[in-house]
Amino acid sequence: MGIILILAPISVAIGLAGLGAFWWTLRSGQYDDPDGDAARILMDDSDNKIG
Amino acid sequence: MALTYDLARAPDLSAFLRQDKDGTANLELLVKGARCAACMSKIEAGVAALPDVAAARLNLTEGRLSVRFASSKGDAGRVIATLDKLGYPATPFDPAKAVEAHDKESRRLILALAVAGFGAGNAMMFSVPVWAGLFGQELGPATRSVMLWLSAIVATPCAIYAGLPFFESAWRSLKAGKANMDVPISVGVILTLFISFVETFLNGRDAYFDAAVSLLFLLLIGRWLDHRLRARARSAAADLLALQAPAATVLGQDGLERVKPLGEVAVGERILVRPGERIPVDGFVEDGVSELDNALLTGETAPVDVRPGDTCRAGSVNLTGQLRILAIARSEDSAVAAIARLVEAGAQNKSLYVRLADKAAAVYVPVIHSVAAITFLGGLAFGLGPREALLRAVALLIITCPCALGLAVPAVQITASARLFRKGVLVKSGAALERLAEVDHVVFDKTGVLTEGRPSLIDAPAQALALAAPLARASAHPLARALAAEAGPGPRATDVLETPGQGVTGIINGRRARLGRASFVGLEAVRAGETELWFAYEGDTCVRFRFSDQLRPDAAQTIAELRALGLSVEILSGDLEGPVARAAQTLDIDHWRSGLTPQDKAAAIDALAAQGRKVLMVGDGLNDTAALAKAHAAMAPGGALDASQNAADLVFSGESLGAVSDSIRVARAARSRALENFGFSALYNLGAIPLAMLGFVNPLIAALAMSGSSLVVTLNALRMQGAGKA
Repeated sequence: MGIILILAPISVAIGLAGLGAFWWTLRSGQYDDPDGDAARILMDDSDNKIG
Repeated sequence: MALTYDLARAPDLSAFLRQDKDGTANLELLVKGARCAACMSKIEAGVAALPDVAAARLNLTEGRLSVRFASSKGDAGRVIATLDKLGYPATPFDPAKAVEAHDKESRRLILALAVAGFGAGNAMMFSVPVWAGLFGQELGPATRSVMLWLSAIVATPCAIYAGLPFFESAWRSLKAGKANMDVPISVGVILTLFISFVETFLNGRDAYFDAAVSLLFLLLIGRWLDHRLRARARSAAADLLALQAPAATVLGQDGLERVKPLGEVAVGERILVRPGERIPVDGFVEDGVSELDNALLTGETAPVDVRPGDTCRAGSVNLTGQLRILAIARSEDSAVAAIARLVEAGAQNKSLYVRLADKAAAVYVPVIHSVAAITFLGGLAFGLGPREALLRAVALLIITCPCALGLAVPAVQITASARLFRKGVLVKSGAALERLAEVDHVVFDKTGVLTEGRPSLIDAPAQALALAAPLARASAHPLARALAAEAGPGPRATDVLETPGQGVTGIINGRRARLGRASFVGLEAVRAGETELWFAYEGDTCVRFRFSDQLRPDAAQTIAELRALGLSVEILSGDLEGPVARAAQTLDIDHWRSGLTPQDKAAAIDALAAQGRKVLMVGDGLNDTAALAKAHAAMAPGGALDASQNAADLVFSGESLGAVSDSIRVARAARSRALENFGFSALYNLGAIPLAMLGFVNPLIAALAMSGSSLVVTLNALRMQGAGKA
């Protein structure tokens, strides 16, 4: 019984952390332009070109 | 179109600049044709390299470019000219408040969905031991009580937050004196939470915290799918106004040119319109000769000649010569603005459409609520005690939850639109699919829909073509360009002189040649009702080139397919009688009308609707937008104006007109799938109601039944993948 009282809040806390992380991704606009983000990763960063 | 940026000629676009708090100006542009990473880097690098541009970022998903200038002043015209040179036509737009609000709604739904998912998962974790206890395993009342309380602590805030969209919508509908689907959902969720608290206090076993949250979770999936389907639709009227020339060049009394915002142009002012520009307001031509391209305004394929004394309407494009116009209407009173108002009226009309799920709700809500009330009162009458009677009534509300209605219809519609999307058809809302399935009459615009929408040369001898090509290559006139395109690359004429509205002369191989209208080459003008161009060396015989707007290759087949689907077909065109009659004859269509104004078209659609016909309008031009907005359902080809695409429910890309019949087939399949789902949930409820009334339902059965029925309707929706094939 005692272990449940420890584990249950921990599992809820982990769930809340996931929910918070999702909220953060949503707020910072990470789903605003999925096509663009997929393409952007392929673009050369002209500042860091070698040679 | 000017290829080099000319400061003096660029229209003033400063009205589209938004001022930021930190003193910099921002510009939002809709960019066409950007599809890949290469386009994106080309556009961003090209625009950012301009002086006084601080940053440029392209949203590839929505095709929107945000430009931030270094100061409070920015040259929007220069950005657009740069994009044009890169090959991406762009229009400035005002990110209307409607779009922003829409976006907020979408985020809120996703967040509610996430919260409900979290709540459902964690409440379930505490429910499983309680369910296990139902079968007599060792679960003491104290442990069960702890589990239920933990469940309550997690589920209640989640249910309240995730339920807000439903509660608000239910409240709005009740205030309006109606009951939509959200009313039983809200009543069910609130009652369930309440009774579960009571049970937990009294140390009972019937607590449904997990059911309340998972119900919301399932319903929010449906709600979000439905919302995402509509997210692509933008405000039609806003884009229509963006299409108008944003500023006009006004000639003052002193003879000086001044650029004025469109809204400030007064009646009686003189306006200068250069070749390539749009006519800003309705007016009389005072000076100058030119040709106007009315294709998007009226659907006419042939350019119209204008000379002093003629009227010209806002929105048409000045092709060849400079014109001085006397304004006879203000911008708000001009033809384009009148169309914009018709579009708005049509859109309001469509919002009155009652969706399938809401129709079902109108039956479902009173029935379920009366049955629940009867269960409670009947339970009391049969001596059940108030607690047991209420529990049974609540169990009934939970188990008959409208998942099938809330989840199954959006699931069917999103599957159907995904299917159509792979065929190049963009569906803008679920309601659009429902309306499309009901259609029994199809009205086509001719230019750009049944036909390809551009003049192409017909049966010209190769020899004649080679003769005229050098002169055609040197001209900017659309017909000459079509001729040059047919001839391919080659030499150009020298000493070229273009006479607005007449034609072009130049030297080919040392001889002076002329290309233009009949009178220009010295012939008597004959108006044959078709588009033509004459070519002659000076003092030599003349050669005639005829142009026609070719029918799309699969137009006839599509019309036949539509007839096979039981639909009648009609043409409403703004073009002249000759070309329309020919197209109708070739396609074997008996009902056709020509020479219609945008208002005529809208009125024709209204008349058909008054006869009880459900009309599908397929059109592309500005002259069709009002009809598109008024029709029961509307489709536009991808080559159409943004305004038309916005007024349409579905947009099909590519050259194939077959998308029209395909879409109707898929829409009908989606409709029958949705009706099957309604039938299934009716059957399911018929079975579940007696069980709940007799008290056989406990939290485990409620959870199983709810997810089970949701699964069945979703799987049925997925059958759409293979449906609707010819």
